Amino acid sequence: MKLRKVTAASAVVLALAVSVTACGGDKKDDASGGGKKIKIGIKFDQPGLGLQEPDGSYSGFDVDVATYVAKQLGYQPNQIEWVQTKSADRENALQRGDVKFIAATYSITDERKEKVDFAGPYLLAHQDLLVKKGSDITKGTDLNKKKLCSVTGSTSAQNVKKTIAPDANLRPLSGYSECVAGLQSGAVDALTTDDSILAGFAAQDKYKGQFKLTGLKLSNENYGIGVKKGDSATVDKINKALEQMVSDKSWDKAVKDNFGPAQYKNERAPKIGDIVK
Amino acid sequence: MFDFLEGYDVLGAFWTTVQLTVFSGVGSLVWGILLAGMRVSPVPLMRGFGTAYVNIVRNIPLTIIILFTSLGLADIFGVTMGSQDFKIQGFRLAVLGLIAYTAAFVCEAIRSGINTVPLGQAEAARAIGLSFSQTLRLIVLPQAFRAVIGPLANVLIALTKNTTVAAAIGVAEAATLMKTMIENEAQTVAIGAVFALGFVVLTLPTGLLLGWLGKRLAVKR
Repeated sequence: MKLRKVTAASAVVLALAVSVTACGGDKKDDASGGGKKIKIGIKFDQPGLGLQEPDGSYSGFDVDVATYVAKQLGYQPNQIEWVQTKSADRENALQRGDVKFIAATYSITDERKEKVDFAGPYLLAHQDLLVKKGSDITKGTDLNKKKLCSVTGSTSAQNVKKTIAPDANLRPLSGYSECVAGLQSGAVDALTTDDSILAGFAAQDKYKGQFKLTGLKLSNENYGIGVKKGDSATVDKINKALEQMVSDKSWDKAVKDNFGPAQYKNERAPKIGDIVK
Repeated sequence: MFDFLEGYDVLGAFWTTVQLTVFSGVGSLVWGILLAGMRVSPVPLMRGFGTAYVNIVRNIPLTIIILFTSLGLADIFGVTMGSQDFKIQGFRLAVLGLIAYTAAFVCEAIRSGINTVPLGQAEAARAIGLSFSQTLRLIVLPQAFRAVIGPLANVLIALTKNTTVAAAIGVAEAATLMKTMIENEAQTVAIGAVFALGFVVLTLPTGLLLGWLGKRLAVKR
């Protein structure tokens, strides 16, 4: 009897919860344009791209791009709600509708295109190496027998093992910050991931002038803006916004602001839909 | 439906998980018994050490302990566990961290078992002239163990799942492969389900077997 009551009660609660969320969902959909909020997914832990500052503000190239795009979609910066979307959670966040779009070092790949739609690309990055100033590492094969750090499971770590330097002593850690610390202390000889991310770290005040990028271009990473599968209207709007961002030079300014101190030689702004394999 | 599994050595990754579990399990059992012995010993210094160790270590998150073995022990103090290869080093450091952490829980499980042994048993052992270590070894621990097989099974199952934390320092176990696959395939739910199932397959028999054993061997009082 008691059990039955509990079941009935939880059924009621569940039904309420469903109806409440359903209402919430409806409201959110109305919010395109107008005076409401927009939720945008970024990384919170990547200096130069998407970083949550100690004071709670956000900085980085992805943030600048997203802010510009949001403005073209009719949202002022104070109407943006930034949501942290970690790499593993990006597809789900879009499918659930947690965020309108994601600008978070999101490389366009065939596998991902099956799950989400991409606008852009807005930046062509390459896998690269970050080494100490004065290091003797100048090409990919130099890495064999060297101590190399990357993030567990990342594409960059896989590339090293597969193609670049199979004999490298690879140390996968949980985050790039740990790797950078290891590079500074000499526990590893090099750190590998996209050059944009590396530039962001090298440009941080505490590391300024200590590291250099080798500029090896070990892969092509086409950063796109992830949008929920099938939402082609938003993709078109974002593409238009990106084109405008490039043509009015805001794009160049954003690159210079965020990667400038690292002497990062960025590629020119990619054309929309132009994916470099 | 499961074509995303192609090209990945899922079994190999789980084999590493099993190895981590076995090595850490044996190690933490040994270290845990020693700690439990210290905690009930008549020497205040050893009792103090045992108590302090258990209370400190079990209250530190495992992630921090594992990260410390790599970023602290290896990088700062140069403890490389006999290998410069990060792959081997990571595995050994992870086992070290898992032992240090799990032993605290093993110790407490065994100590609770010791508490189930009637005081008269120890008194009788003393009365026939056995020393403290003989009493513990021959009289108290054998009875204590049979009382705590169930709780120890819980610790072992927790340990099996805790091995995933080793992914933080790059040990190529199941969680590491899961991260790699999610990065490449963008199929979070399906991949997550496969790995969840893998862990159930590993831990469910452990629980059933040890539960059955615990019932059979329990000292009926």
